[in-house]
Amino acid sequence: MLFEDIKDNFPILDQQINGEKIVYLDNAATTQKPKNVINSLINYYSKNNSNIHRGVHTLSQKATEDYEESRKTIANFIGASSSKEIIFVRGATEAINLIANSYVKPLLKKDDEIIISQMEHHANIVPWQMICEEKKAKLKIIPINKNGELNLKKFNEIINKKTKFISINHVSNSLGTINPIKEIIKTAHQNKIKIMIDGAQAIQHLEINMNEIDADFYCFSGHKMYAPTGIGILYGKKEILEQMGPYQGGGDMIKSVTFEKTIYNDIPNRFEAGTPNIAGAIALGKAIEYLNEIGISNIAKHESHLLNYATSKLNKINKIKIIGKAKEKAAVISFVIDGIHPHDIGTIMDSHGIAIRTGHHCTQPIMDFYNIPATARASFAIYNTTKDIDKLIEAIKKCIEVFK
Amino acid sequence: MNNWDDLYLEVILDHNKNPRNNHELENHTHHAEGHNPLCGDRISMNILMDEGVVKDISFKGSGCAISTASASILTETIKNKNQDEIRNLFKDFHNLVTNGKEIEHDLGKLKIFEGVKKYPARVKCATLSWHALMAALEGEKETTTE
Repeated sequence: MLFEDIKDNFPILDQQINGEKIVYLDNAATTQKPKNVINSLINYYSKNNSNIHRGVHTLSQKATEDYEESRKTIANFIGASSSKEIIFVRGATEAINLIANSYVKPLLKKDDEIIISQMEHHANIVPWQMICEEKKAKLKIIPINKNGELNLKKFNEIINKKTKFISINHVSNSLGTINPIKEIIKTAHQNKIKIMIDGAQAIQHLEINMNEIDADFYCFSGHKMYAPTGIGILYGKKEILEQMGPYQGGGDMIKSVTFEKTIYNDIPNRFEAGTPNIAGAIALGKAIEYLNEIGISNIAKHESHLLNYATSKLNKINKIKIIGKAKEKAAVISFVIDGIHPHDIGTIMDSHGIAIRTGHHCTQPIMDFYNIPATARASFAIYNTTKDIDKLIEAIKKCIEVFK
Repeated sequence: MNNWDDLYLEVILDHNKNPRNNHELENHTHHAEGHNPLCGDRISMNILMDEGVVKDISFKGSGCAISTASASILTETIKNKNQDEIRNLFKDFHNLVTNGKEIEHDLGKLKIFEGVKKYPARVKCATLSWHALMAALEGEKETTTE
């Protein structure tokens, strides 16, 4: 498939914004949805809508089948050993909260430590702060260098006997840095510490295999990989999930309930209390089918080309400074322009029909590190082309002209 | 003609580049910080009130062109006005940048922010310094646009 034609699969991209054909470069915030994902939602609600599990009627069986089939598709996509290791959640944020509360909190004692990094999204900071506060434990931070890479030497220094858990992002949402997670996971395991990887910004860009990377937990959000909002995945190793207590109580997460005693369900249902986002879960499977059709390695190549193209074009503009210059980067570029606030850049881009994100990107510690209030961020996806980047560059030049 | 011409007028760009009254005010009687968590903008307002009237005013902080120009023009506008006049002006200014309706007083130079109403995401930028000003006059120390 030619990447030039991919835009045709995304109906939303066939429109004008402020009189210009839309150029959507806010993919790290959320991606657009291909036709097959949109059709899957329409199909589910017009033909199969029904509650899953325990229904004897046809629709319920059909919905259950599609829901569980999607779980298998996801398990295959990430190289999980079993679909029981795949838990449907609302998104990466809920997955992290689930692990913080159901796995880490019960292990945590006063003065124990949890390690995260300086480049985490707030979603991978706040849940740990909350349980540390409750248990009087400490949060330790792996610092970054000025290129936006983790200081692994420091990581080896802060890891110690008090460390009870580690949670690190695979790819930084505001710097684009791809972290050497295999190495980090190996170090964690050598120290007999379990580790979670926040893959919200990695899953749509890189080939990822759970057996190969050996993470204990991995999570991502559907909406950043061409699926709807409100659906995401928590992967956990079967033997760990089986030991864990539930996250929320309710229907579907139990085997039997009496007022004297309730027996919890097996995994993965134990962690899926209440009626889930069935349509979203099925549509996530369809998004993965779509990605498989194009091939994740082709996507990685295409996006890496876009990243290099955009980086070299931006570097040619004097007043621009790229924030995040890691050796290994995914298709995310944060930048600042001397003398122009990112918000003004964002408004001027929008007036050209170009959608970028401006602000702190839910990573205030990174902004503090670089001593900037915000950045402008362009992030690329399968449907972007070098023409989109040319339009971005042209608009940036106009922006600099206005504020000169 | 560009799409943004109604927002980034020459006067606004000028006040962004050369903000007026952009310094500390040591003998101030009122002070408040304004914070826009959305974009990280922070503006502090210092006011010297004398017999119920603004004798002097200054601001410090960092922000986008709209919030900087708004703060700068605000400081020029409210000198020698009393609290009631300022409150009325803010009410009209708020209407100007949100819907353009029910403006009861002459807004003078503030009228140049009329274009903001077409950019709902930027209303908070235009009103940040005003919120800080009102907080200062009402004796609060901090305010946010959230």
